[in-house]
Amino acid sequence: MSVVSILKPEECYVREEPFYQPVGDEVAVFEAAYREKLPVLVKGPTGCGKTRFMEYMAWRLERPLITVSCHDDLTAPDLVGRYLVKGGETAWVDGPLASAVRAGGICYLDEIVEARKDTMVVIHPLADDRRVLPVEKRGELIEAPDEFCLAMSYNPGYQGVLKDLKQSTRQRFVALEFDYPAQALETAIIVRETGIDEATADRLVRFAHMTRNLKGSGLDEGASTRLLVHAARLMRSGISPTTACHTAIAQALTDDGEMVSAVNELSSSLF
Amino acid sequence: MADTSPLELQTIIERLDHWLNVEFSGLKTGEHAVVIAALEREQQEYLLARVQRIASANIQLAYQFIIHAIRVLDTIDHPALDVWIAKTMDTYDQHGLHQAMETVRTVDEFVRLRQKRAGAAIFEQVCGVLSHFVHGLPGRQLQLRAGEQCYTDTETIYLPPLIDWLASTQDNFLIYKCLIACHWAQIHYGTFREPLAPYLQESRNPEQFLNLFQAFESARVEAWLERELPGLYRTLQRLRGELGEVYDEQWRGLSHALREPVAQASDSLQLTQRYLDTIEPPRNSLFYGPIQPDSVQETIERRKEKQKSRFRQLLRNLIRQFQESDDEASLADRLKAQSGHGGHKDGGNEWQLTLNEEPIALPQEARSLLTSIVQDIGYLPDDYLRPAGPDEYEPELSQEPLSDPDDPTLRASETGVYRYREWDFRRQQYRKNWCAVREYPVTPVYDDFYCRTLDKYRGVIRQLRKSFEAMRDEQRRLKREAHGDDVDLDALVEALADSHDGGELADRLFTRLQHAERDIAVMFMVDMSGSTRGWVNEAEREALILLAEALQTLGDRYAIYGFSGMARERCEIYPVKKFGEDYDAQVRARIGGIQPGDYTRMGAAIRHLSGILNRQEAHSRILITLSDGKPDDYDNYRGQYGIEDTRRAVLEARHHGIHPYCITIDKEARAYLPHLYGPACYTLVREVAELPCKISEIYRRLTS
Repeated sequence: MSVVSILKPEECYVREEPFYQPVGDEVAVFEAAYREKLPVLVKGPTGCGKTRFMEYMAWRLERPLITVSCHDDLTAPDLVGRYLVKGGETAWVDGPLASAVRAGGICYLDEIVEARKDTMVVIHPLADDRRVLPVEKRGELIEAPDEFCLAMSYNPGYQGVLKDLKQSTRQRFVALEFDYPAQALETAIIVRETGIDEATADRLVRFAHMTRNLKGSGLDEGASTRLLVHAARLMRSGISPTTACHTAIAQALTDDGEMVSAVNELSSSLF
Repeated sequence: MADTSPLELQTIIERLDHWLNVEFSGLKTGEHAVVIAALEREQQEYLLARVQRIASANIQLAYQFIIHAIRVLDTIDHPALDVWIAKTMDTYDQHGLHQAMETVRTVDEFVRLRQKRAGAAIFEQVCGVLSHFVHGLPGRQLQLRAGEQCYTDTETIYLPPLIDWLASTQDNFLIYKCLIACHWAQIHYGTFREPLAPYLQESRNPEQFLNLFQAFESARVEAWLERELPGLYRTLQRLRGELGEVYDEQWRGLSHALREPVAQASDSLQLTQRYLDTIEPPRNSLFYGPIQPDSVQETIERRKEKQKSRFRQLLRNLIRQFQESDDEASLADRLKAQSGHGGHKDGGNEWQLTLNEEPIALPQEARSLLTSIVQDIGYLPDDYLRPAGPDEYEPELSQEPLSDPDDPTLRASETGVYRYREWDFRRQQYRKNWCAVREYPVTPVYDDFYCRTLDKYRGVIRQLRKSFEAMRDEQRRLKREAHGDDVDLDALVEALADSHDGGELADRLFTRLQHAERDIAVMFMVDMSGSTRGWVNEAEREALILLAEALQTLGDRYAIYGFSGMARERCEIYPVKKFGEDYDAQVRARIGGIQPGDYTRMGAAIRHLSGILNRQEAHSRILITLSDGKPDDYDNYRGQYGIEDTRRAVLEARHHGIHPYCITIDKEARAYLPHLYGPACYTLVREVAELPCKISEIYRRLTS
């Protein structure tokens, strides 16, 4: 049986170098923002490597990475901390954001727009030049050490009209835009990530481009790099290319029967 | 046991004479009755039942039906015959007796087509999938349309309305797919880059020239298909084999050089000139329609200017972004276009722009324009790289109309008329400004309807109120929770006391702020078509009263609008209760005044009402349609057309963040509603009488 390790937030160092293929100058920009103590907003479509980029930067900067996946029930205490009852007494427990601040780590709020609007406000004092986290319940202000960094991700593509970032939030961040990598680069990424041969990876990427052509005319989003990696992994363990594309890509993209058939026709044309 | 012996001749004659009213019509039934008497009992009953049905509409028609039906009875099965009858009756309804008689007489043609269609792929049925398919292929977005002749003008591919070249539907579908791919490949890999007109003028035999050129070109583009879409190429080869299309060795040898990636359309032209008089072109492939040089040339010329001007406009915006001086001379040195992969991948269609030798990321529109230009010309000419000057702006040439016909602010000159587009699934495009929607007031009816309904559903209403109250939003602090934001001191003190007494320490010690704000805006769209006449209408009104009563306790914002109309110029919307209006005596009287109207053109109604709903600031917006059947309108808005347009309208609403939902009492709804609204977005109420009780329950489930 494999051993499950349980880590405290401040121990979440990324020990091994994650594979990340820089596309432009995003690494340099992030490092500069980090040095200048500016918070960073990473935006881009799903599965294009935003989270991987954060892991890579955490490894590069040798800071613990504390990721919070935001959802619409996420409250301010979920981030900052709360009292718990332990052995008949109350005890304060830091939330992930507070632990990250104390540990001088990188706090990464994934899909920030999913969080409730009043929750987003608690990060405001951290995200400007004050760099403090007020902990109301304890009447404290935690001052962020120089090593602390706040980052969040956001996909401008498919959020509804109501789920948009408030200007007061977004105007505090240095924004890095991500998109799917260029063809050759994306092929290289898939080869590297899955060990599949280059010709197949190339076809997968061309297939992804075809589905990306369909964005807006029936698909909300084309196949992401992540989906390609999934399909490639399936192929590597012996699934036929058409089945892999059907299950890992077509069905994952949409429930619309016609669209699934069309996407399948595209994949069967390529393989 | 039922009697299965054939009916007596006399019985048949009696029945026919009665239905056809021979005393007055003077029709002769004897001869036909003899034929019917010779049939088996089952056939007899079937036929006679149909005769009776048609005779109820028209006696002459029924008489014609007998004559022709007994003739084709052996060659056609009952369901098919029923389709024919339905078609005849439709014709009778719409165009009168004369045309209906014609339809009856053409039964042989109908039978023939029917048999032919058995294994065929029909364009109308597959164009949805195929359109997505062709949009997925790289390059310019192509349109598909059914046409007499198969060809392409480089923007649209015209395909046969029906393909029955092979026995199975699947294979015939694949033939469509290959036809599309072959024509796409011609466009994508540059068959049309060289204008053919000069060659054709010179040639003594233009037709032969085109055929030979087409044959050489197909060898060239298929080599690309083999490289780029190997799966499709295998399918193409298999279908070719089954259709008996084979090329001989001599031909293979001649076209060998064209299979290299470096080969261009000009090489095919040279070969064509060289061999024009010496060899016969192979038989025309089924997978390519004839090249239509005039139509192609015209389309390309029209597009070229437009594209050039637009591209230079975009370039200007782009250069501004980079804050480069737009000094033309220096820019020309620094702004370059290059082929992505040394020119030999994907037909050299991948080009990119570089500024100071750094590749620049183009916005979506510019990228697709660049691809389209390269498809037409084969490269990006230098004069395209000159950004447009400041006063160089030709809106007519450079851009599609700026205004979106869907914009509700853009109305026809007539006041109070809202124009909406409509989706034509055959053309795969919108008909712009197609429907005219007007809002009319509902005449309130002050009678005892409201009191009656309250009385009838007294128990139900009380129960509904209770269950709705439980959903009501309040920022409540929930006590004694297992998890929460804060410690519940009362619970803690109690628990500690318990534990000192040796009891167990309770674990529900927290308070939690419940945030479930009900920030919901709901639009009820009520079908007021003629088919709701009678108790459906009654049930609808009752349901609305019940719902409104229940919603009063909940405080959700809601509006009720009815819809009806006839034909596209007369779509009618009836506001019963607008957002912001109180549920008062007047609204009740308007609910009471909901009357059946004419038809259901659902698409226009959905577009209009989602527009209204969209102006509501709310966390979630729901559009609930209350309906009793398929979308249907007088002017051919029925069948697949109506369904596809409604589906489009629903998709558009969804794109605007609205949750569409449908409640219907149409028993056949399972056949089309999942397609319209999605698998989990509808409810079928089996009995009309259940509607009032069910609807509030459905609403509760939907919003909690």
